[in-house]
Amino acid sequence: MPAPAGGPPALRFNNVSKTYRAGQFRALDGVSFDIQPGEFFGLLGPNGAGKTSLISILAGLSRASGGDVSVLGHDVVDDYANARKKLGIVPQELVFDPFFSVRETLRIQSGYFGVRNNDDWIDELLHNLGLSDKAHNNMRQLSGGMKRRVLVAQALVHRPPVIVLDEPTAGVDVELRQTLWQFIARLNREGHTVLLTTHYLEEAEALCHRIAMLKQGRIVALNRTSELLAGTASTMLQFKTDAALPLALAERARITGRIVQLTAHDAAEVERILATLREAAVPIEDLEIGRADLEDVFLEIMQGGRA
Amino acid sequence: MSASHFPIRLEGARPLFYKEVLRFWKVGFQTVGAPVLTAVLYLLVFGHVLEDHVKVYGSVGYTSFLIPGLVMMSVLQNAFANSSSSLIQSKITGNLVFLLVTPLSHWAWFLAYVGAAIVRGLVVGTGVLVVTLWFAPLTVVQPLWILVFAIAGAALMGALGLVAGLWAEKFDQIAAFQNFIVMPMTFLSGVFYSVHSLPPVWLAVSHLNPFFYMIDGFRRGFFGVSDVSPWTSLAVVAGTLVAVCGLCLHLLRIGYKIRH
Repeated sequence: MPAPAGGPPALRFNNVSKTYRAGQFRALDGVSFDIQPGEFFGLLGPNGAGKTSLISILAGLSRASGGDVSVLGHDVVDDYANARKKLGIVPQELVFDPFFSVRETLRIQSGYFGVRNNDDWIDELLHNLGLSDKAHNNMRQLSGGMKRRVLVAQALVHRPPVIVLDEPTAGVDVELRQTLWQFIARLNREGHTVLLTTHYLEEAEALCHRIAMLKQGRIVALNRTSELLAGTASTMLQFKTDAALPLALAERARITGRIVQLTAHDAAEVERILATLREAAVPIEDLEIGRADLEDVFLEIMQGGRA
Repeated sequence: MSASHFPIRLEGARPLFYKEVLRFWKVGFQTVGAPVLTAVLYLLVFGHVLEDHVKVYGSVGYTSFLIPGLVMMSVLQNAFANSSSSLIQSKITGNLVFLLVTPLSHWAWFLAYVGAAIVRGLVVGTGVLVVTLWFAPLTVVQPLWILVFAIAGAALMGALGLVAGLWAEKFDQIAAFQNFIVMPMTFLSGVFYSVHSLPPVWLAVSHLNPFFYMIDGFRRGFFGVSDVSPWTSLAVVAGTLVAVCGLCLHLLRIGYKIRH
């Protein structure tokens, strides 16, 4: 993770709260954290945790009920113009303007940020996102995956130092994911700060230096990815069974159809689980023992096992 | 004064203006051609029926009288349609997000949308004028009044369209705004008649309608005569313009119904 260089953080969320329906529903409740320049930061949480509310406040799409947010030292309300110039947002929704071609869309978007004669960078974006042969196509003619690529290009067209990707790979094919992550990883290596929200936890595990987890509008975990992984139950047992589990195991198991997953902190605990299954005469098939991943950490935290 | 010290930040207004003009130009058949055809149909029907029965301002034939009214009606309706339809489409399809995340100030939004609305209004108005000139002779006596009222009227309606676009959450709300406010006020403004042909009550009511002053002032430029003084019309139009623009700028500044 890049070290703070003494300047302002790339992104600062300071005690941010957001309420809806005249205070009846609290989407964000005192969220505070900093993201340093050059960091690749993951923001995870289940649906309704407040991720999109937080990003909407950052982008100026909505206003915080309390607290403040800044981009490289520029407050997103008081100094919104400078804050937004530093920010490139890839929205979650697949939206587009049906009147324009891909190149027109990018030229216009570039102009909004005061960047003119930007065709060299636009060409580079089109090339890196596999859109060169679609430059003159109308947006309506593009497939969903291609439209998603244009969304990414639009967010990057003014070369923002801070890039926010709000579930950019939701519902897109493997090829785009790989193309996108290679490109974003390259931008991150070149110094761009990246804030990513995703439901694909393997992406966050592979890309992010640090991860924050949101639950019901509060940060429930914030650490380096490696430390989050190290702090969890390190072993995952997975097997198939048609029988009911003993109560002691059933309470902590993750069960999907016939597949049962149980976490263990060490080999002795693995042995105890297997012994419990043998004593209860639970027949098991396809036993696998492996390393726990970010998904296990996520579920453990979301189920309240760890904070 | 350097740009950074200028109290109104306009960066980004030009590309947004360009986008808004390009948007209507790309569907010119619908946004320019169709209103020109509609105006010509009005002229053919009303002109044919009333030409031999109505004389206005003493000696002006009805068809000649009708042309400036139809031109101005087209200018006003299309200026309104441009800003309102663009904004509501962007809101409903969700692509307004591309504008909301930019550093554009409310002034830049305002000038770009209203500027494009003026352009569309003037393009359609010119189209109507050119086509309808085939049907009746028309002179230009005071061209400055024509320009002033066309531009001020289009700006007023562009700003009103922006207000409607901000307020509306559905297409039918925009349609209601257009059909229940803009259309009646335009039709009852003297496009098709001189208000002096109305009974006293309706004459008085007409004087409460700002559209009447826009059309009467515009018509003054063609005939050199009008129902009220062009200066009175200018004062009413300018006052209404300032009020609507002020409301529009305020709504844009607070992000009314676009930032939550």
